[in-house]
Amino acid sequence: MINSVGRDIPDQVLKDTGMKVFQGSRARNAEEYVKAAPKVRAWIDPTESKMVADIHEALVKCGIKDGMTLGFHHHFRNGDKVVNMVMEEVHKMGIKDITICASSLGSAHNPILPMIEDGTVTGIQSSGVRGKIGDAISNGKLKGYAIMRSHGGRVRAIESGDVHIDISFIGAPTCDEYGNCRAVGGKSDCGVLSYAVVDAKYADKVVAITDTLVPYPNMPASISQIDVDYVVVVDEIGDPAKIATGAAKPTSDVRKIMMAEYCTQFVVNSPYFKEGFTYQTGVGGASLASTISLGEVMKERNIHMSVGIGGMASAMCKLLDEGWIGKLADTQDFDIDAINNIKTNPNHIEISGSEYANPMNKGSYVNRLDVVVLAALEVDTHFNCNVVVDSNGMITGAQGGHPDTAAGAKCTIVITPLLQGRIPCVKTDVTTVTTPGEDVDVIITEYGIAINPKRQDLIEAMKGVKLPFTTIEELRDLAYSMVGEPDPVEFGDRVVGIIEARDGTIIDVVRQFKPYEYKD
Amino acid sequence: MELKGTGMAGTLESSDAQVTVEPGTNGIELSIESSVINQYGRQIRATVKQTLENLEIKNAKVTVVDKGALDCTLKARVEGAVFRANGVVEGLPWGGAIK
Repeated sequence: MINSVGRDIPDQVLKDTGMKVFQGSRARNAEEYVKAAPKVRAWIDPTESKMVADIHEALVKCGIKDGMTLGFHHHFRNGDKVVNMVMEEVHKMGIKDITICASSLGSAHNPILPMIEDGTVTGIQSSGVRGKIGDAISNGKLKGYAIMRSHGGRVRAIESGDVHIDISFIGAPTCDEYGNCRAVGGKSDCGVLSYAVVDAKYADKVVAITDTLVPYPNMPASISQIDVDYVVVVDEIGDPAKIATGAAKPTSDVRKIMMAEYCTQFVVNSPYFKEGFTYQTGVGGASLASTISLGEVMKERNIHMSVGIGGMASAMCKLLDEGWIGKLADTQDFDIDAINNIKTNPNHIEISGSEYANPMNKGSYVNRLDVVVLAALEVDTHFNCNVVVDSNGMITGAQGGHPDTAAGAKCTIVITPLLQGRIPCVKTDVTTVTTPGEDVDVIITEYGIAINPKRQDLIEAMKGVKLPFTTIEELRDLAYSMVGEPDPVEFGDRVVGIIEARDGTIIDVVRQFKPYEYKD
Repeated sequence: MELKGTGMAGTLESSDAQVTVEPGTNGIELSIESSVINQYGRQIRATVKQTLENLEIKNAKVTVVDKGALDCTLKARVEGAVFRANGVVEGLPWGGAIK
């Protein structure tokens, strides 16, 4: 069945999953539903301990069995050791048919690969996958469909009961013996535990795994004792060097600086740049550079940001410390400065994944965004974006908060170079749609800026502004004139991945990777 | 033009291509490896073949390891490899001038 971004979703996939096709970003607005709930084991006896000897004992006490769904968070990013240590034990116990439902997975989880091949893991649900797991999924090695969900979409899926987590494992930088978890302090400090909050509230069993047991009570807790069944102490839950890098140096890439400058000029000339505006940006080179140059204009014109939302890095923290931002609503920390800043600045506040981006709660932070600045692997002439599948057809990225913030913000700006080597980033049609064009307002490249024709108000507002405005078709034509028109990537028939829209419908599917063959 | 020996041009840097040509007896035996093959395999092959045709190379073993080179780069690397194979290093007839 063809969905509203023109993608044909095979009937078999709809039948297998019971899912519906995407019908527009706001199609499910105002829908009413009853939230799911976990099965809770009462803890009346005050003499009972929650401490267990090791992960094996935790798994046994939680009643691990074939076919279960296990939850994990990705706040340790590429330094995560929790997924692997839990799955190694599951594997040793001979458990099969596990679905991993993680807020994201990366190359740190390459050791899971043999478990996909031997049937220990048959389902993967994640914001995205990089590294060998992405290759394995693209090559059809996972038995079931991999489901890629945005950060808000994962919370929605859990809260609405589309997925039920049997046991969730929460890597906690610090924890006390009764299960109060904090993200700050300890050996594997990650700043916030935002994406784990929904796991604590909705998984039947919740296991806190820490390498730093602290005296009771560990307060204020990100994850409360009332939601935690067991506590395990291990040697290391993460590799601090890979959890957060040092503050990224401002980029020296002139192309990125140019795009950042265009972006800043666009924002400051938009109707949204006024006292108390709200803003989110990523941590790529151009995004970071645009935050820095936007900060300079804020100071020149004495304009303050009321709140900065989402993943945090040094540039936003510096503006907070200097008083140019009122609050930071933080869901993830990307560098050491951000991790330190949440400890020292009381206006830097942790929010949950649901507060951040869940489209089906009673209103998330992304709905309050004026401007979001994003990146993309590919954008197309319909303003659709692809952030998951590379131009060869391999799963290699993650949705993150891309579709959530794009849907929520009044003005969604995507910065992308026109070309990455020979690969055009502006195309007639993206390989895979991950964010619908209806939610994308502006594409900024080093060769020009295209405003979505749907946003006549923005086109009007930019009249007289000295920026290289053009159309999305002209950008594509320019790209193709330099590198040639790309042939569409050919895939195998089997659907290996589902790109879930944030509302739980199917916006696109990913088919099995097919090695290139010449036609003649 | 007959190939007299083996010639190589180009690097494995991003946006370049490394082209190796050797004498052959069985027409053009072409091997292409490319980081952008899924979208540009057809065009890379056509460009390499066209360039060899312009140089009137009828028999050769040609190996292309492409890292996303543009057509103009591919052409120059093929021509460079062919000229080097034949010891032509000065006054190069770039751009298929031999045609």
